[in-house]
Amino acid sequence: MDKGKAVMGAGRRWAVDFSDQSTVPSSRDILDPPGFSRISPEQDDSATSRQKKDAEANWKLQKAWEVAQSPFKNLMMMGFMMWMAGNTVHLFSIGITFSALWQPLSALQSVGKVFEPFKDNKVELLMPKLVFLALNLGGLALGIWKLNTLGLLPTHASDWVSSLPPPQEVEHSGGGFAFH
Amino acid sequence: MAMAIRVCLLLLVFLSSAIVSFSLYEDQVGLMDWHQRYIGKVKHAVFHTQKTGRKRVIVSTEENVVASLDLRHGEIFWRHVLGTKDAIDGVDIALGKYVITLSSQGSMLRAWNLPDGQMVWETSLHSAQSSKSLLSVPINLKADKDYPILVFGGGYLHAVSAIDGEVLWKKDFTAEGFEVQRVLQPPESSVIYVLGFLHSSEAVVYQIDSKTGEVVAQKSMVFPGGFSGEISSVSSDKVVVLDSTRSILVTIGFLDGDISFHKTPISDLVEDSGNAEILSPLLSDMLAVKVSKRTMFVRVGGEGKLEVVDSLSDETAMSDSLPVADDQVAFASVHHEGSKIHLMVKLVDDLDTVLLRESIQMDQHRGRVHKVFINNYIKTDRSNGFRALIVMEDHSLLLLQQGAIVWSREEGLASVTDVTTAELPVEKDGVSVAKVEHTLVDWLKGHVLKLKGSLLLASPEDVAAIQEMRMQSSGRSKLTRDHNGFRKLFIALTRAGKLFALHTGDGRIVWSMLLNSPSKSEACERPSGISLYQWQVPHHHAMDENPSVLVVGRCGSDSSAPGVLSLVDVYTGKEISSSDIGHSVVQVMPLPFTDSTEQRLHLIADTEGHVHLYPKTSEALSIFQREFQNVYWYTVEGDDGIIRGHAMKSSCAGETADEYCFTTRELWTVVFPSESEKIISTLTRKPNEVVHTQAKVSTDQDVLYKYVSRNLLFVATVSPKGAGEIGSVTPEESALVVYLIDTITGRILHRLSHQGCQGPVHAVFSENWVVYHYFNLRAHKYEVTVVEIYDQSRAENKNVWKLVLGKHNLTAPISSYSRPEMFTKSQSYFFAQSVKTIAVTSTAKGITSKQLLIGTIGDQILALDKRFVDPRRTLNPSQAEKEEGIIPLTDSLPIIPQSYITHSLKVEGLRGIVTAPAKLESTTHVFAYGVDLFYTRLAPSKTYDSLTDDFSYALLLITIVALVAAIYITWVISEKRELSEKWR
Repeated sequence: MDKGKAVMGAGRRWAVDFSDQSTVPSSRDILDPPGFSRISPEQDDSATSRQKKDAEANWKLQKAWEVAQSPFKNLMMMGFMMWMAGNTVHLFSIGITFSALWQPLSALQSVGKVFEPFKDNKVELLMPKLVFLALNLGGLALGIWKLNTLGLLPTHASDWVSSLPPPQEVEHSGGGFAFH
Repeated sequence: MAMAIRVCLLLLVFLSSAIVSFSLYEDQVGLMDWHQRYIGKVKHAVFHTQKTGRKRVIVSTEENVVASLDLRHGEIFWRHVLGTKDAIDGVDIALGKYVITLSSQGSMLRAWNLPDGQMVWETSLHSAQSSKSLLSVPINLKADKDYPILVFGGGYLHAVSAIDGEVLWKKDFTAEGFEVQRVLQPPESSVIYVLGFLHSSEAVVYQIDSKTGEVVAQKSMVFPGGFSGEISSVSSDKVVVLDSTRSILVTIGFLDGDISFHKTPISDLVEDSGNAEILSPLLSDMLAVKVSKRTMFVRVGGEGKLEVVDSLSDETAMSDSLPVADDQVAFASVHHEGSKIHLMVKLVDDLDTVLLRESIQMDQHRGRVHKVFINNYIKTDRSNGFRALIVMEDHSLLLLQQGAIVWSREEGLASVTDVTTAELPVEKDGVSVAKVEHTLVDWLKGHVLKLKGSLLLASPEDVAAIQEMRMQSSGRSKLTRDHNGFRKLFIALTRAGKLFALHTGDGRIVWSMLLNSPSKSEACERPSGISLYQWQVPHHHAMDENPSVLVVGRCGSDSSAPGVLSLVDVYTGKEISSSDIGHSVVQVMPLPFTDSTEQRLHLIADTEGHVHLYPKTSEALSIFQREFQNVYWYTVEGDDGIIRGHAMKSSCAGETADEYCFTTRELWTVVFPSESEKIISTLTRKPNEVVHTQAKVSTDQDVLYKYVSRNLLFVATVSPKGAGEIGSVTPEESALVVYLIDTITGRILHRLSHQGCQGPVHAVFSENWVVYHYFNLRAHKYEVTVVEIYDQSRAENKNVWKLVLGKHNLTAPISSYSRPEMFTKSQSYFFAQSVKTIAVTSTAKGITSKQLLIGTIGDQILALDKRFVDPRRTLNPSQAEKEEGIIPLTDSLPIIPQSYITHSLKVEGLRGIVTAPAKLESTTHVFAYGVDLFYTRLAPSKTYDSLTDDFSYALLLITIVALVAAIYITWVISEKRELSEKWR
């Protein structure tokens, strides 16, 4: 390795840097090639650009609605899976229930991220977001309902008293047959 | 169906052990369990050393055992435990090949084959009345090719053939009330002399033809003073008896059928006359008399003249005389001197000739010598050698030969009366235990062997090595506490008043200690132990104190005898303190309070109705005074059928009283009608039992609150007629009634009556349930009933939110005076076996499901899951109930052969089963005692909280190493490949 490094170090006699970040022509010695314009596309024709923007906003809104409604499909599938899993506690049903709980939770956490690409001044994202939230909460509720049907929620008195130690007794007694 | 996660997981654990058939593999026998065989305190011993080959001694004991012991090592060749009512009266050898035993007050004669102990014949002899019994096996009496054995018992004299046990003839003495004292047989004669007393004032001699049983001659003579019953036969025509005042020795001569009396007052023989006592040894022409603590040898001359030839100090044990060569007769005597015992063998004719004199160092904790049996053998130089079998005060049996103890047997352990457990010391850093621990190489080797075993690659030698290794598995018998609490001490108190500490690992005796009386007075030299309590169990504070046990003893046998308290250090087996408490001991009540050094407070009740507080410290007094109003005690008077409850009243008044004595007042009485009910059994919960939860969750999520109280007394009564043997009454005459009584208020909480049922009742009380076993006369079967007690007053606590927020009174202290509303659920089942005792497993936290441990009539222990005695069992349990583990109801409880925890062993004479929790929640120690001792560890729900012994750590280690290696190798390979990719 050392040897290779040395060879490479020794072989580097000269270098050309092709990158040039500067945009100001005056700072450069070399002129721009003919026909090359350094003007950015933004400073294009304003009418066409507005049209484009509207279309894009529409498209974004449409996409946002699609995203917002996507948990519904998920919900249906989950419902089907839960129905398949049955009401007894075993690995499959527990796995499904926990994924049914986890998916809406993670989706709720990343609600900002999901709608990030559609963020625009002109796009009203509140409604899609609310729908998204509602559907995910529905999914969560489904998961919790499933948890309850599996009997894993402490909703009965028995769940709260099952580890209560017996109460202390005030009086103490002893005795029995006399020793003989 | 819903259930909290914890319960759910627990349930999973329990379900995984569903239908536990607790059983062992053959190679697991002896890994956790041990079994020790004993015989009890020896009463009679007969040596059998004439023939070449195995030398043995036949013994009969106070535990009704007849056994043949190896004279070389003291091992048991064979052993038979007769029933508890079948006490052995005599043992002898007949025809040189049969062991003859007479038992049950002379009504049962049995012959056992000498080499292997098989029964040859058994004869039940007619018996009209209870009387003393006598077995005589004449050596050279022969009647028509038959060798008769003469047996007196129950008013009859029988001659029984030694060959087949047939009764040759019998003579009825019941009409006269004649008590046979001696059967003597003059040599070279077919006439036997039967000497006895009539109404203890008339001496009668019958001459009976040994062939036909006809009375040849009869002579009788009235002795005006009357006899005391003690008799010593000195020769074939003379006996010596004491008169009824115990001050005159009477020599009765009956030569040729003529009776003659010769009186010798004791005061003629010695100056300090007192009550005399004839000692049992059979010496020829001599008798041993004990007068005022001295043992005197009195020679009987011709004409019945008596003269004292020698006298010995007290504490001398003597053997019967033994014929040695040249028509000489010898006997042995043993006496103590300091820590040594001196064994002397002398000739009877000439007391100055000492054939043998040996001194042997003897353990102080064996006490005095109680019995000596001697036997002679011919040494290589043709002189006589002697071996002596001695029985010590602590019931141990030792063989002395050539000045040394050849072997010893701790027979005291055959009569354990009380058992408690104790912890071993904590392992200290300074203490080196490296010798016991394996080195790493050994450890790895062992595990590789185990791995081979589990992969079925092991050769027979390897299998043997594995078994060996398992037996002495790392530190099983170390003397320090272990993490799982598997190593413990069982402290056992024996009838002889000796305390033994047994190690759970291998059952060896860690220490033993004979109880001493502090006063050393004559009346109470050796107190008898009554019971054992845990006095000090240091855990939180006072960790540097050693734990100790309290032994409550008594000087004398009657209940008013003064008590003795003794504190024994569990680690060392030394007596910390011992005190005469100056009052009697009727009951002992451990209180649920401890002082700052973790000494438990105890109340001891005396016969006068006072209670005394121990320890006698001001701290204990202040603790007790705080709880003064809340301490109660109750007494059960079985004969009168009364249960009384008492409360503390005030300090004792009077000159002898101290501030630790308190008077009591009677609060309540429960009187059972004496014409219809008789108390046969009472039972409470074990005071140290831990209950995990107060709630019982049923399948439909309903909560039942257990009525868990330490102040509940289970009482079983039967009709007085039905108190006898099973089958002695008709079903209409007998009824069994069980009660649950609150011992604070005397309130009868539950009463259940079983018509047509009979005792004996064996019961077990744990948590909120009682299981009891009795006989059903109508069904001709044994029955087991379970009663579970639930609290109705708490049943309203069902609001989840209140429970979540903790707004409930379920954990508030409760008083018995707040009228408990309770209801019970019960169910009965048939049970195929007769039962000797029942116990229940106990675990550290009380989470693990319980098993009933049933000591069966066959002296085995059956583990029966509590789920089999569950009142919720129904014929067709629903799916949910099945999931919860409810077993379909059957009319009888199953006896699964694999669930005998004693597997192939028998705990002969089983009397009790003790369980103690290990630190590991799943595991419980089980100790059973009787004539034998048995110990094992049980996991009623399997060991869900630990890996089994079979778990192959080597396999795990190898897997991990292989995985790490594989990860490293693949990493290297991938690195290389990546590099070569880059270079491409």
